[in-house]
Amino acid sequence: MSKKPSAIADIKAESAVKATDYALAPINAALSSTQRIELYRTMIRIRRFEERSLRAYQGKNPSGGTNIGGFLHLYIGQEAVAVGCCSLMGKNDHVITAYRDHGHAIAVGMDTKPLMAELYGKITGCSKGKGGSMHYFAPDKNFWGGHGIVGGQIPLGTGLAYALKYQGKKGAAMAFMGDGAVNQGAVHEAYNLASLWNLPVVFVIENNGYSMGTSQARSSAGQLAKRAEGYNMTWGQCDGHDVYEVRALMDKHLTLAREQSRPSTVEIDTYRYRGHSVADPDNTYRTKTEIEEYRNKKDPIQVSLHKLLAEGVLTETLADQIDAEARAEAESAAEFADASPYPTPDDIQKDVYWESDHPAQRKSEGRLFFD
Amino acid sequence: MPQITYREAIRHALAEELTRDPNVVVMGEEVAQFNGAYKVTDGLLATFGPTRIVDTPISEAGFIGLGVGASMLGIRPVMELMFWSFYSVAFDQILNNAANVRYMSGGQINCPIVIRGPANGGTNVGATHSHTPENVLANHPGVKVVVPATAYDAKGLLKSAIRDNDPVFFLENTILYGDKGEVPEAEYVIPLGKADIKRVGADLTIVTYGRCVIHSLKAAEVLEKDHGISVEVVDLRTIRPLDFDTVLASVKKTNRVLIVEEQKPFASVGTQLAYMIQREAFDDLDGPIHRLATIDAPAIYSPPVETEQLPNPGRVIKAVLAAMA
Ligand SMILES: Cc1ncc(C[n+]2csc(CCOP(=O)(O)OP(=O)(O)O)c2C)c(N)n1
Ligand SMILES: [Mg+2]
Repeated sequence: MSKKPSAIADIKAESAVKATDYALAPINAALSSTQRIELYRTMIRIRRFEERSLRAYQGKNPSGGTNIGGFLHLYIGQEAVAVGCCSLMGKNDHVITAYRDHGHAIAVGMDTKPLMAELYGKITGCSKGKGGSMHYFAPDKNFWGGHGIVGGQIPLGTGLAYALKYQGKKGAAMAFMGDGAVNQGAVHEAYNLASLWNLPVVFVIENNGYSMGTSQARSSAGQLAKRAEGYNMTWGQCDGHDVYEVRALMDKHLTLAREQSRPSTVEIDTYRYRGHSVADPDNTYRTKTEIEEYRNKKDPIQVSLHKLLAEGVLTETLADQIDAEARAEAESAAEFADASPYPTPDDIQKDVYWESDHPAQRKSEGRLFFD
Repeated sequence: MPQITYREAIRHALAEELTRDPNVVVMGEEVAQFNGAYKVTDGLLATFGPTRIVDTPISEAGFIGLGVGASMLGIRPVMELMFWSFYSVAFDQILNNAANVRYMSGGQINCPIVIRGPANGGTNVGATHSHTPENVLANHPGVKVVVPATAYDAKGLLKSAIRDNDPVFFLENTILYGDKGEVPEAEYVIPLGKADIKRVGADLTIVTYGRCVIHSLKAAEVLEKDHGISVEVVDLRTIRPLDFDTVLASVKKTNRVLIVEEQKPFASVGTQLAYMIQREAFDDLDGPIHRLATIDAPAIYSPPVETEQLPNPGRVIKAVLAAMA
């Protein structure tokens, strides 16, 4: 356990297996070795993808221009949350989240090539270069974004649950938000509607302790998930550094949604090592010591790695190999993005209206666009 | 042909579409048990039951956002805003989420939602309840905006709106709800984006929509009788998509144009029309483009004065005479 595998040499390893071993929870005990490794692999793939995207953001493209514009909100440190939650998805389960969406997108199974290409603003991007980092979507993977307005996606997630119920499908919607989003009115309206109408939704608060540079203590009164009580919803809270722990708690809440069509709220404690976005110099609102503390003791990838090594599921050689593959995947995603063409000005007015994209089936008349 | 009210016409459209498509759901404050704040949905609960006709709490952001989310999975929610004025508390859901989700997803997601309700002044309810946001809505590519003036149009257009795969915002008028008009019993739809010449004339074109169509038609009669001026009234019916060809043909025929709208003047629907008319019919104009709008202030409460703040037949007559001078 003390020996650090070379594949993750850039991450200091002091992680210890926690006293409560969530690996024993039935939902985790049932996992095959391959499935355990897949959880780990997905976390590593997210991290390597984002590290690669950060390098691309900071670098220049061959012609001297920017690779990636605008915001880039990295999920580094929070991987166990999206991976744990999304690993529980069945065919009628749906996901929606905010702008820090790379982890969820990879966790639901999106291919990293179009994800990287989207960051580069390329036509091969998952949203054809029209959404960017904050607006990933994959309806074919039950992934409904990627939303830029804090809390604005929560009514939408509630609507996904409404649709499931209306259509008589046994599934659940997971509506993710940050700890800052709990203070948005739309979130509270959605809580009330979900509880009032018995909708199968799990509201997931990813509590990384900060909304931009404002700590939870400076923004929110009371325990965040406990606000669910005011809406007659059950709530739960767990540590989000251990993918098994996330799965153990989420499984209960998803079952409540699927089996009893009841909403609930979970608060998952997590941490981001990077600034709020790449633009955040991260030197005003928290200490380097705090960041290091999390990195060293609670890194979800480290926690998982050590468990898998202890379980005998993973060997250091295999861990090295997985890491090498994740790095190679990120690299080829970047190459793909780099080699892909940009949309053209002719693409600007595509994908605005269903009708203008389907002229043969258009029923309305008149001008849809103006100049 | 039977005469029914504008309100009944909307109700019939809802009932027919609810019957036709099981994915259509009517949702809003007081739409079910109370039978509608303006009785538009009267009796629908009894016919279709509480799964199809759904009362919501007073949470416009919450329930409209919920409708947007549900529409992404194939539900066709028809959301009632008790007043369109309340769109401001759901602005993010309407104009960030509904309007943008197709675009931001690179065309992967549709949002076939209808949001409907009254949007008008003239009922002495003060500035907070008298907004006419069609210009604000239509400023957002991705959405469609409909403002019917008659029972016939309201029914046919609402049916098209519900079948449309894009978000459609349908702006009604509390003062028109009781107005009767001929509506055939046989099913019909009116395509969005098709203007209607409500009165044929030769001397001047009034381009208008919504209740101002009614004012303009009244004014046109007086102008014909008392002043010998023959006015053509073009009812846009839909703001976006916009049937500008019909406007253009009329302007090219009459060579004079007055825009009449229940809008605050600054950056209104009329502003856009005026730009387009000068751009595409400059040489056909015998004079400047005129425009009659709401007097530029928040909606006044005082009943007799509010009537004067809004366009009305008297103000339309004056505006036409000024344009003909
Ligand atoms: C309505 C709204 N207000 C402000 C912002 C700017 N903003 C973007 S992210 C953010 C912080 C949100 O923090 P949190 O919900 O905790 O999520 P995290 O970034 O930690 O994942 C702010 C203030 C926004 N996007 N939307
Ligand atoms: Mg946060």
